[in-house]
Amino acid sequence: MKNENMISAAKFCECHHIEISFIDSLKATGLIEIATIEESSYIRESQLNDLEKIVRLYYDLDLNIEGIDTVINLLQRMEDMQHEITVLKNRLRLYEG
Amino acid sequence: MFIDYYKVLGIDKKATEQEIKSAYRKLARKLHPDLNPNDKDAKRKFQEINEANEVLSDPEKRKKYDQYGENWKHAEEYQNAGQYQNAGQYQNTGQYQRQPPDQGGQTFTWSQGEGEFSDFFESLFGSMGGTGRGRQIRYRGEDYSAELHLDLTDTFETHQRTLTLHGDKIRITIPAGIENDQTIKIAGHGGKGRNGGPNGDLYITFKIAGHPKFRRDGNNLHTTIGLDLYTAVLGGEITVDTLNGKVKLKVKPETQNGSKIKLKGKGFPVYKRKGEYGDLYITYMVQIPVDLTDRQRELFTELSKSHK
Repeated sequence: MKNENMISAAKFCECHHIEISFIDSLKATGLIEIATIEESSYIRESQLNDLEKIVRLYYDLDLNIEGIDTVINLLQRMEDMQHEITVLKNRLRLYEG
Repeated sequence: MFIDYYKVLGIDKKATEQEIKSAYRKLARKLHPDLNPNDKDAKRKFQEINEANEVLSDPEKRKKYDQYGENWKHAEEYQNAGQYQNAGQYQNTGQYQRQPPDQGGQTFTWSQGEGEFSDFFESLFGSMGGTGRGRQIRYRGEDYSAELHLDLTDTFETHQRTLTLHGDKIRITIPAGIENDQTIKIAGHGGKGRNGGPNGDLYITFKIAGHPKFRRDGNNLHTTIGLDLYTAVLGGEITVDTLNGKVKLKVKPETQNGSKIKLKGKGFPVYKRKGEYGDLYITYMVQIPVDLTDRQRELFTELSKSHK
């Protein structure tokens, strides 16, 4: 069985000075997954980066949840395209080199 | 170097607090590092607007900036001479915390390590940045960049590798199928944050060397193999190398020099798609026999005559 590190949602909110209701709304919109253990909410370590990014977008840029969802999707598409460009550059190098 | 903070934010010197906030937000939405990953120019500009906002959104700092402007160096002299009674209020007090927008100024926690604020800013307001409202700015650690040189075969299977960076050992996973020049981010393994700020990130760019036998083209591999004339003419079975072992191949009779065949699923693993592979393209290079015996020459001559 694979072990996974988790952080309690309450602790995360305390560290980032945000309300727990914000995490609940992210969960409701499916932007993050929350694990519930003995009636407490926990965030998986693998989701921390994404969650911190969402927090920055929400509080720093005043984006609403729907806006963040759109931005995250567009960023993912950007990343995919960036990867494709790298692949194409390498392919081009084969013929130019 | 004097920095015109008004120009940085694209506002007039008489701009109201609301106008400053609005200009800052507009630029922040355009230049925020989360929206411009790996864009150093955007990061630099974001740092500039952050600094401009830090000064102009704080009435006390703005007053000092407006008062001394490009003669900021003299401000220190005036302060030393006791002509600026409130100089002490720019020293750091308290811990910076994220504040809701309706509770005063807000400074983003993004920075790029060195050069969080310009020399101009630090000379004017102190090396820790402005803290007129009892806040202390959290400094995010510097981002590190590194190159990792790998052989093509190293990227054929997902594996873990331990790197030593500034004395720290970092265990990273190298996903199968990663591309040459592709960069991955290892969060939190950059420079240490200061004042409780988060650590920077580590960016690793993979440099993948060419392979003597296989040429990679995306997820496909290309190779050329020698085929003896007799097998090319009469057909037969040969064994060829792939990156994950040997395979047996049937060669069709009358195979031409330079002809290609495709081995489906014997190419390179597709990045982050477990179990999916590209194809392997094999080009046959027919080898003409050399050092013929008299008998062989005789037979070839006979063959030649039969061809006419």
